[in-house]
Amino acid sequence: MGLRKIDSPATGHNKNPWFKTREKIIESILFLSAMVSVGVTVSIVGILTYESAGFFGEVSVWEFFTGRQWTPLFSDPKFGILPLVMGTLLTTAVALVVALPLGIMVAVYLSEFASYRLREFVKPILELLAAVPTVVYGYFALLLLTPFIQGFIPDLPGFNALSPGIIIGIMIIPYVSSVSEDAMRAVPMHIREGSFAMGATKLQTSFKVIIPSAFSGIAAAFVIGISRAIGETMVVAIAAGGQPNFTLNPLEPIQTLTAYIVQVSLGDVPYGSISYQSIFAAGITLFFMTLGFNILGYFLRRRIREAY
Amino acid sequence: MDTIGHTIRKNKFFNGVFLIAGLLSTFVGLMLLAVLLIDLAIDGSPRLTYKFLTSFPSRFPEEAGILSALVGSFLVLLVTTGAAIPLGVAAGIYLEEYAKKNLLTDIIEINIANLAGVPSIVYGLMALGLFVQVLKLGESILTGGLTLALLILPMVIIATRESIRAIPNSIREASYALGATKWQTIQHHIVPYSTGGILTGIIIGLSRAIGETAPIITIGALTFIAFLPSPPVTAEFPFLSFKWLWDPFTVLPIQMFNWISRPQHGFQLNAAAAGIILMGMTLIMNGFAIYIRYKFRKKIKW
Repeated sequence: MGLRKIDSPATGHNKNPWFKTREKIIESILFLSAMVSVGVTVSIVGILTYESAGFFGEVSVWEFFTGRQWTPLFSDPKFGILPLVMGTLLTTAVALVVALPLGIMVAVYLSEFASYRLREFVKPILELLAAVPTVVYGYFALLLLTPFIQGFIPDLPGFNALSPGIIIGIMIIPYVSSVSEDAMRAVPMHIREGSFAMGATKLQTSFKVIIPSAFSGIAAAFVIGISRAIGETMVVAIAAGGQPNFTLNPLEPIQTLTAYIVQVSLGDVPYGSISYQSIFAAGITLFFMTLGFNILGYFLRRRIREAY
Repeated sequence: MDTIGHTIRKNKFFNGVFLIAGLLSTFVGLMLLAVLLIDLAIDGSPRLTYKFLTSFPSRFPEEAGILSALVGSFLVLLVTTGAAIPLGVAAGIYLEEYAKKNLLTDIIEINIANLAGVPSIVYGLMALGLFVQVLKLGESILTGGLTLALLILPMVIIATRESIRAIPNSIREASYALGATKWQTIQHHIVPYSTGGILTGIIIGLSRAIGETAPIITIGALTFIAFLPSPPVTAEFPFLSFKWLWDPFTVLPIQMFNWISRPQHGFQLNAAAAGIILMGMTLIMNGFAIYIRYKFRKKIKW
């Protein structure tokens, strides 16, 4: 928060009583607006809980979290969430393999090596990677990247976890790089100068001094990237196929939690049916998976601000 | 001495290697973006005619167009703008200027940080339960717009707060010293000085909203709409109609998604053409945001 602000005397120096009332009314309106965001969270948790309560009335929690078959549209439906969770983790893992090294390289380069002008030029363009509509990325993954990879791996099916994973990785580079870069730039100059004085090169300083000092910020960047990758929907809905698949092989078609919700929403599912409720059960699983990462990321980021 | 020289040369060499590697990784993403744009342009530009912009979707790829999707996207964005800007800016002002440092404020802050990271499809599920089922707003433009408004709300709040935080306290103190009340200070100083940053955040948020697909699918927007919503302007008094808020709709990214998932090659070309429009809008909005940020940063020096 920094220095404490000085508060205005509630009415200024004006004796008009209306001013006092007006100040109160305005403050209340602003407060209510801020509370809307709390209301959103309450609604999310409330709706997800309420709808999935109906679902868990019919499917046991045990079956849901341990079952390896997810066949909700069969005549004998099975509701084991593990294949969808596995699909989500698989694309996320592929995305992280792409995004973490690239994101860190970009962050180190922009923070420690690049000139001011290059940085000011590159950063907004890099942010564009996160701004591209995900449906366009999906088009790219399905119709461009998959055929390209098939040139190297001829057996790769048209739908697979690999190419959407790579695309999601590219997409989250800006999240990883910008938060890491902020953390690295928050390391005070005298720490770098100390390292240079010992004869270290910029590279040695970056990896042996700056990265360890900025560690919690970089960890926050990772965590934010993971949360984004888990929640990504359209790329996997378009390019990963629609079969829930309990596998760790990125070359197979899979389905993620998010893609399942899209698949069911596209169909004509009657309100209150078990398929309808199952998307909320998938949703609440997704929500709690990302919630943990989001909160962890928040506290890690807050630590950067307080560190120096 | 020789070994020191050797070490120095080695260190300098690796330093140089990293310089190139870093530059390359910075440009990997940018090159991919370029490839993506070029590919879209090659596939889609032949389909990008006036007729494509003014036709309804069709079973035949050559006759299909994006009129209903364009109009839908525009109207949804209108609702989103109307809801997200006042709410987000007001919340941002409250948190920076009024909120006391207490538990409630901490809860609101953690909550906003979490909301910014909640997957968009979860917003869609919430909207399906709240707007469609509980509030009975239907699978309408109003529902779609409000859903996207809640989705970009954290972005608007965060942008507002960051740009208010940059205003030095001396400005506030000077205003108070002249006898202004807190709200007068905000109205005449804080809001005008932070407009640049707030606008940037709003435009970037809207550019996110225009490309969002998943939550709109979840609330049950249709993929095939061959009519337009009721016109917002009418011939009789009061000349404005809000009936369109309740109409079913589709948006551009959903239309594109629908075309991608069809097997015929002709539809994939349509998808590419829709992609060009979508990318064009995103790039223009982001470019505009960068321009505004740049301009305001130059104008205001504390």
